[in-house]
Amino acid sequence: MRDKIFKILLLLSAFIIIIICGGMFYFLVMGSTEAFGHFGVLDFISSSEWDPNPDREQYGALSFILGTIMTSFLALLFCIPFSLPVALFNGEYFKGKKIATLMSTIVNLLAGIPSVIYGLWGFYTLRPIIMSLGLSEQGFGILTASLVLAIMIIPYAASLSAEFISMVSTDLKEAAYSLGATRFEVIKSVVFSSSASGIFASYILALGRALGETMAVTMLIGNTNNIPTALSDTGNTMASVIANQFGEASDLRLSSLIAIGLILFLITAVINFTGKMIIKRFN
Amino acid sequence: MKKINSIILIIAGLILVSCGESESKRSITGAGATFPLPYYNLLFKAYQDSTDVVVTYGGIGSGGGIRSLKDQIVDFAGSDAFLSEKEMSNMPADVIHIPTCMGAVVLAYNLPSTTNLNLNGELIADIYLGKITNWSDERIAAINSETQLPDMKITPIYRSDGSGTTYVFSDYLSKVSPIWAEQLGTAKALKWPTGVASKGNPGVAGSIKQTVGSLGYIGSEYGFSLKIPMANLENSSGNIITPSTNSISAAAKGELPKDTRTMITNSSDPEAYPISCFTWLLAYKDQAYNDKTIEQAQLNLDMLRWVLGRDAQAMTEIVHYAPLPQAAIDNALKILDEVTYNGTKLKPTK
Repeated sequence: MRDKIFKILLLLSAFIIIIICGGMFYFLVMGSTEAFGHFGVLDFISSSEWDPNPDREQYGALSFILGTIMTSFLALLFCIPFSLPVALFNGEYFKGKKIATLMSTIVNLLAGIPSVIYGLWGFYTLRPIIMSLGLSEQGFGILTASLVLAIMIIPYAASLSAEFISMVSTDLKEAAYSLGATRFEVIKSVVFSSSASGIFASYILALGRALGETMAVTMLIGNTNNIPTALSDTGNTMASVIANQFGEASDLRLSSLIAIGLILFLITAVINFTGKMIIKRFN
Repeated sequence: MKKINSIILIIAGLILVSCGESESKRSITGAGATFPLPYYNLLFKAYQDSTDVVVTYGGIGSGGGIRSLKDQIVDFAGSDAFLSEKEMSNMPADVIHIPTCMGAVVLAYNLPSTTNLNLNGELIADIYLGKITNWSDERIAAINSETQLPDMKITPIYRSDGSGTTYVFSDYLSKVSPIWAEQLGTAKALKWPTGVASKGNPGVAGSIKQTVGSLGYIGSEYGFSLKIPMANLENSSGNIITPSTNSISAAAKGELPKDTRTMITNSSDPEAYPISCFTWLLAYKDQAYNDKTIEQAQLNLDMLRWVLGRDAQAMTEIVHYAPLPQAAIDNALKILDEVTYNGTKLKPTK
């Protein structure tokens, strides 16, 4: 009896998740038909024109798509030198030790900090540093936003990769040691090669997180609707433009923002799906 | 199993309790502009204290407020821009505009060792158009003969979110600069050619404080309460005006249209601060909609009358807004006299 109830409950909640996700997708598609119908799907994606004045409305998503992709991939790049050593520290060198638990707790704590705090830290601490280094004139821009995003996604990348690194079988490692390999050689040729797909997948998931981040990015990117061509350029991301303009939007602009939401939804879905496929294929 | 049952019982109980509570209290719901939010928070708290009627106001932006009014899920909406004829015709029924207070848009700046800055509309337009890029520009120097301005790049800061503040600001600039009117026009969000953007009045104010050489526009109430340096503006009579409650109120002197739908930027009054504005509460002229009872309609109407009264208007200055001129109050009261329920006029209580 209990088993049956439990099974039904599980099915029900799983089903609800699917319905919510499907409902979101349906709403996004329905809401964006007006914009896509007015501008055409390809033109909407390939135009960087964004003029919200109702008398001369013109909307295109290109600058936001590029802004999102630039900041997310840069953040991913910046986070590797920090998250990979942490993963090795926890998953290999100090595996199972108290210090590793402490380290992973601290890193995971980073994931619990509200993004507005990251935004404020970036605004009050990082931005003046960027300005004083002469990297950017007013301190806002792609670089500032990516650096903060990088810190935000470290815990996602680090804890998952540590998990995969610690799963590498001891037999393999001991075999390598018995052949006279040094620790560095073991990590390079045994640990990395057998957990590569897992590590790669964890970075893909971290990237998914960076794509959707809104608050911290809005506070640091400068929110200008242009295609960024340099690290010091200001720009805008999809999530940020939605958060900024949704409140006052109506009609065509509302539909265009929902269309941007749909594009973001699809990009995130594709990236996550790719991550899952990679794990499956190589394991 | 017992545990699950008791949990379900508790949840059901909680739902019932919360339903009962909301029905026993008399309440009015509104949503809209964030510009007057500090005033409305104070206002509706005072109203609750004196009448026991709870007024909930969600600061979700005037676009969101108008959308909620259109969907008939609120009793009133707040907006800094009146509805255009097209927007009026998109609403399911006639909508009235009740002005509640006056505010202004001020130009805040961050310049080392400069405490007095004069600007005019054309200069502001050209700075935001990217035509004037340095504080030492001779055109700025021409109206700042007493102040030596530094050789420094100007960083214009604007709102990244759609905003009534931007609407009022661009309405003024469209009036004084033909190039602005043609290139950017008047709207809640614009296609800015230069500068950086921050979210909300607090965001813009924060960015100005943190960026040397910046210039930005913010709601006057933020400027006054943050004590941030604000530029004096040259008005249409050629007088240099410091933003203050008096100079803002002066902008509404003279004739006002009966429906109060007017922008008072670039006022012809010689004492007026040129970027002043009204902010409105919007409601349906006929209050019988969406199963609303006549008691509920009466409650909404009484609250709107109270907002125009002396007690409420006296509160404007506490939070750095300006009170309405008598002409605006008279017009608004006449509009409220015409409010109906199923075609019958609603009388004020008391």
